[in-house]
Amino acid sequence: MALVDFANPTRFVALTARVTPWLIALTIALFAVGLYGTALAPDDYQQGATVKIMFIHVPCAWLSMFVYATMAISSLGTLVWRHPLADVAARAGAPLGAAFTFVCLATGSLWGKPMWGTYWVWDARLTSELVLLIMYLGLIALWQTIEDPLKAARAVAVLTLVGVINLPIIKFSVDWWNTLHQPAAVFRMDGPTIDPSMLWPLLVMALAATCLFLTLHLLAMRNEILRRRVRTLRLMEAARPGVGSERSA
Amino acid sequence: MKPLIALFAREWRLSIRVGGGALMGALFFLIVVTVIPFGVGPDLALLARIGPAILWIGALLSTLLTLDRLFQGDRDDGALDLLLMGDTALELVVFIKCLAHWSATGLPLVIVAPCLALFMNMDPQAILATVLTLLVGTPALTFLGSIGAALTVSLRRGGVLSAILILPLTIPVLIFGVSAASSLLSGPAGFMTPFLILCGLALFSLVVGSVASAQALRLAAE
Repeated sequence: MALVDFANPTRFVALTARVTPWLIALTIALFAVGLYGTALAPDDYQQGATVKIMFIHVPCAWLSMFVYATMAISSLGTLVWRHPLADVAARAGAPLGAAFTFVCLATGSLWGKPMWGTYWVWDARLTSELVLLIMYLGLIALWQTIEDPLKAARAVAVLTLVGVINLPIIKFSVDWWNTLHQPAAVFRMDGPTIDPSMLWPLLVMALAATCLFLTLHLLAMRNEILRRRVRTLRLMEAARPGVGSERSA
Repeated sequence: MKPLIALFAREWRLSIRVGGGALMGALFFLIVVTVIPFGVGPDLALLARIGPAILWIGALLSTLLTLDRLFQGDRDDGALDLLLMGDTALELVVFIKCLAHWSATGLPLVIVAPCLALFMNMDPQAILATVLTLLVGTPALTFLGSIGAALTVSLRRGGVLSAILILPLTIPVLIFGVSAASSLLSGPAGFMTPFLILCGLALFSLVVGSVASAQALRLAAE
């Protein structure tokens, strides 16, 4: 069976039903290992125990951008190939991305209070991440406003692709503007600058968060496909001749 | 070229005539700027410091306010379908429409800005910088805004949604516009860099705005 065959919504639903239990188990296992590692990881010599917020904050920040990139690729699928599964993927991604962005901002501000002395600063990275959250909410609002899911998908796809400009701004904001938020420490040309004792729990947590996203995304896509079927069935039912008159009679 | 000139003339005439609402934006601009001193207090030194930012935010809000007229009227009377079916590339049509819309609603904002700057107690140099940045920046706002107008064209009350969708995209323009406009307060050296970036953003948004809006209009018409 080729990969293309999974692009059929019915096969896709069948596949997700088979894969989901394994993904859930994998996610739980990764979170268990990651949280255990986080608990074992040493406190920072300056930040003390607050450094552990990072193990939640950083994976969420990565995912907030990863989810948007996924949605942008799905939007290309919507506009270029008009594929219904691409619409579904983009739609299911938006609330998840918004949630990860929100958790990233919330944990970041909880960390900022003891470390920077304030919950919020108008720093380049914080601001661009907030803009990302607003864009997610705007995309969700657009999904909710247009009734026809096919039309909504195309409108949202155009907007998603225009908003991609924000991703490099978030990624490189700490390098372009010399601001309060610390620069990248893990993905660097000259290797990571964090100690291995903190690096491995962080990477496991990132993997766990990615698995969590994949699981929730597959489930949300499945729900969306079923929701569309219900909608189509209802519309067909309403369009059937005689149904309305029977009810009134 | 001829159809484009005709289209520009049509758009321009439609917006300045009765029911076009071209001056509504300028009036709204005046009101926003008038309301600010009531909010922050009539401290002249403070007003001079935040003046460029207030003018920019006022211009941004006024631009958003008039955007729903960009495609809505044409859709209501069917002209949009004719434009979609015509031989001229839709990207060019959108470009001309936005240009005409800007000259009818954006340009008045730039023209009244110096008068409003006097309310803000700004000195001549700062006024000049603000007007220059607005002249370059308001087309960028109109073209980016056209994306929101095109996406929400088929909705009955798309105005608020369009503003929500567009505001995040206009933040870079606002940042560099305000930083260029306020730079003269500290010294002339800092003006050119943000101003040139603003020019770049404006050119970029001419392209992105035309292409994305045209695509959105095509999809909405299907």
